[in-house]
Amino acid sequence: MHWTNAIAIFIMIGSGWKIYNDDVIFGWLHFPDAVVIGKWAQYGLQWHFFGMWIFVLNGVAYLAYGIATRRFRQKLFPISIRELLATVSDALRFKLGHDDLTHYNAVQKILYLGIILIGILIVISGLALWKPVQFSELAALFGSFQTIRLVHFLCMSAIVLFLLVHIALALLVPQSLVAMLTGGPVVRDEPMSVADATPTSSG
Amino acid sequence: MLAANRELIETINRRNVLRGAISLGALTLLTGCDVSEEEPVQKALRAVSSWNDRVQATIFRPDHLAPTFDVSQVVRPPRFNAHFDIEDVKPVDGATWKLELAGLVADKRPWTAQQIYQLPEQEIIIRHICVEGWDYIGQWSGPNLRSFFERIGADLSAKYVYFHCADDYTESIDMATALHPQTILATRYANEAITDPFGFPLRLRTSTKLGYKNAKWVKAIEVTNTFTETFWSEQGFNWFAGI
Repeated sequence: MHWTNAIAIFIMIGSGWKIYNDDVIFGWLHFPDAVVIGKWAQYGLQWHFFGMWIFVLNGVAYLAYGIATRRFRQKLFPISIRELLATVSDALRFKLGHDDLTHYNAVQKILYLGIILIGILIVISGLALWKPVQFSELAALFGSFQTIRLVHFLCMSAIVLFLLVHIALALLVPQSLVAMLTGGPVVRDEPMSVADATPTSSG
Repeated sequence: MLAANRELIETINRRNVLRGAISLGALTLLTGCDVSEEEPVQKALRAVSSWNDRVQATIFRPDHLAPTFDVSQVVRPPRFNAHFDIEDVKPVDGATWKLELAGLVADKRPWTAQQIYQLPEQEIIIRHICVEGWDYIGQWSGPNLRSFFERIGADLSAKYVYFHCADDYTESIDMATALHPQTILATRYANEAITDPFGFPLRLRTSTKLGYKNAKWVKAIEVTNTFTETFWSEQGFNWFAGI
């Protein structure tokens, strides 16, 4: 699921930048041809409306899996302020532990939860952009058409920022990449549930 | 850790997925050699685009009205868009112009501009959305297409309506959109005759399609069950282009 999502995100961002270039929101921001997907506008659009199926279907499967197996509840909650402060303090003193890859610290929990919510918002704003008339009730929640574009753009920006941190940190902790490629470490979490007994870290 | 998992790593095909993703990325990033243009890739992308046409037809709500706006929000003049620059617009002579009818239509007698002006008019103040991302609010009036079709005895069960234009542009829409209450043959903008760059004397204006589906300088309307590619769909843009 993770790597399917990685491919989908790659397609969506690259083609989205191509589409953006046709009518920029910010005069100072054009994405260079070298980093966009599709030489012409129609190719960018074709990729975007192909990638959306991968992103949405994979995303729905991921959410259903996370909720059904209670993985989200176990991995992402509870988030405590005290733990958050402790994690930040540890990180600043370079004392962050990575011994147990199956356990997320408070900062990870907040970032992963946040990026899931951003992922949901980018789909909803995308739907409103694609069908502002058929789904006019949804589009109305955002305000004007250009507001929907801006929300969609800001969600993309948040995902790009997340990816920069996400990839940089994964490279700093190479054992996490090994886990991702192999299907994850054998989980010894207590209490052990059926879901956690199978390798899931790459999900 | 790597050693412990080596055997596993070698059998995992996730690696191939990753390799595939990286190759795809590398291919796409090669400038001047766009993988989208490769025949099998373009074929697959167009197949998805056709699938998206069907999805859009399914979610289309035939009686759902697009939001309308106040006359104070209308942009004057409208924003120009075509496959050429505004300086290259070739004006149509309204005195000699006729609207031809073709295909599954009972009464194929052509219409002069004066005859069309005498038909009952409908005004819609709607948002124009371009595939590029910009939009503006426009005030269009002219005969309702459904009423016009009933008047000329068009086959309302046909699949497509084609618009052939003076600039050799061709666009087509599905019948459900043609029969939508906010689809008109616009002859006026903001209560004045539409000016040359915006499709004088007659253009299509529908509230449920992207800008490029709204053919300008229409000279013939054809009702048919046969699908042929249109100006933009031929170049790879989505045909249905619903909003």
